[in-house]
Amino acid sequence: MPETTPTLADLAHEVRSKNAGPFWVTMELFLRDAAGYRIAADESFLDERVIARLYRVDAATVQIFRIPSLNVVKISFPRPISQGSLRDRDMHAGQHHVPLALLRVPAAGGGS
Amino acid sequence: MNDEPVERVRILTPSGMLGAGWDESTIERGLELGIDVITIDGGSTDSGPHYLGSATPKTTAKAVARDLRSLLRAAARADVPLIVGSCGTSGTDAGVDWVAGIAAEVMVEEGLDLTVARIYSEQNAADLKDSLDAGRVHPLPPLGELRAETLESCTHIVGMMGHEPIVEALRAGAQVVLAGRATDTAVAAAYPLMKGMPAGPTWHAAKIVECGGQATTNPRAGGVYAVVDADGFTIEPLDPGAACTPTVVAAHMLYETVNPFRMREPAGTLDVEHATYVALDHRTVRVEGSRFHQADQHTVKLEGARITGYETLSFTAVRDPIILADIDAWADLMCTLIRRRVDQTLRLADHEYAFDLRLYGHNGVLDDLEPESGPPREVGVMLLVNAPDQATATAVAKVANPLMLHLPTPAMGYLPSLAFASSPAEVERGAAYEFVLNHVVDTVTPSSMFRTRIGEPTSA
Repeated sequence: MPETTPTLADLAHEVRSKNAGPFWVTMELFLRDAAGYRIAADESFLDERVIARLYRVDAATVQIFRIPSLNVVKISFPRPISQGSLRDRDMHAGQHHVPLALLRVPAAGGGS
Repeated sequence: MNDEPVERVRILTPSGMLGAGWDESTIERGLELGIDVITIDGGSTDSGPHYLGSATPKTTAKAVARDLRSLLRAAARADVPLIVGSCGTSGTDAGVDWVAGIAAEVMVEEGLDLTVARIYSEQNAADLKDSLDAGRVHPLPPLGELRAETLESCTHIVGMMGHEPIVEALRAGAQVVLAGRATDTAVAAAYPLMKGMPAGPTWHAAKIVECGGQATTNPRAGGVYAVVDADGFTIEPLDPGAACTPTVVAAHMLYETVNPFRMREPAGTLDVEHATYVALDHRTVRVEGSRFHQADQHTVKLEGARITGYETLSFTAVRDPIILADIDAWADLMCTLIRRRVDQTLRLADHEYAFDLRLYGHNGVLDDLEPESGPPREVGVMLLVNAPDQATATAVAKVANPLMLHLPTPAMGYLPSLAFASSPAEVERGAAYEFVLNHVVDTVTPSSMFRTRIGEPTSA
């Protein structure tokens, strides 16, 4: 058994985040292939509660779109810190994909 | 402008933003292919509330003049309309007049005589308060019901127009339309809709072209060319070396949208759930099956920004591994001592000012969401102070200055000297703004909130 499983970034060719207007942030996992997509799209691994924990937001506000035709998982939620306010450290929310990207996939069915 | 129905409409979008620049070969390629309209977005909220709050553009005048020169010449040569949306970044009245002034100068220099329409989208709080009282203003998530005080607190409010005021300006004879705040898509959708193209493919094509080369395999290679017809649209990049592929075009619906399948416009909702994307050749994609559901009530979305205070920034840096090994404790001590000294010297209570201490190189970007740990090699320390006036913000930063220079960790028995990046260390940032509106107004008519001037000289 390897010591650690791959991260979502390891399974993706791109992970990105961006404002969707001043009050929302949206992020996408572009998985390399269908196998990676199946892992990332698995609700028992990645669901609204996991996003809520990673980003300290209310799970009820998180929207997840699973798009098998593109091998994409897209996640949107209200910006916890409003754009441009004193505590906004990422004006375009362009670096907020990192906690998601560094999430390790589960060992069972994980690395292959 | 002749609005007789046609079989297809060919759209040239040279870039995602006026002022971003492009290679002239982009335009030449479009003209060779044949075009019916040139469209470009001139703004966005993406760079923050400052531009709306202060009604100033993000772009520099010379860059806008360069791009307008390229487009005005092309529009005149091809005898097609040029449509610019969200002029001056935020689409305020000052932004429209700023772009109109630059366009007028360029036209004089180029010997062009095109009829220009300016469409103003700025809203006044008193009118909106009437709409609010009449129950015609509704919140969009995550914001709640609008309060009149919020409207009154805004320095500028704009309404996002749909295609309708742009179509009216074209019908009235405008060859160049300089629109205030408009949806990114309305700019490219207006002309095809006027020419009788179906709403589904038109709005979908408009969403794909609005970011220029974003929807191609080489986003840096410049603009895109879309042809809308009765059954769908085709799209290709203007750079012969770049390609549109079904995956890239389909994926563009993900970009900066909350929901990748449905997008609300003033007149209704674009629905691409059943759209199909087919490669016609190695660089051209055909899209069909896009739908548009007309809304029962036409709505216009508001954007507003208000001043939150005035900010002063101070920046120092830490390289000493002894401090870096205990950087969180050092920062906690810094925050505690700043509050104490501000209380002692300025007699300001905690609620009378605010500051954010950011440790760049440690967790400066993600703060408490940072998933990784471990001692950094160096840390840039930014102190950002917000207070009701500039003098107070700067006073707080100056009180913090000796700490930003000499603060030790709790375990150190001597005073280190840290690395200020500049002298003076404090930089006054002026007014700071925040977006406060995310509400829609039920309109009386699609154009009732906008004011159009055609052919008159710019007053600014």
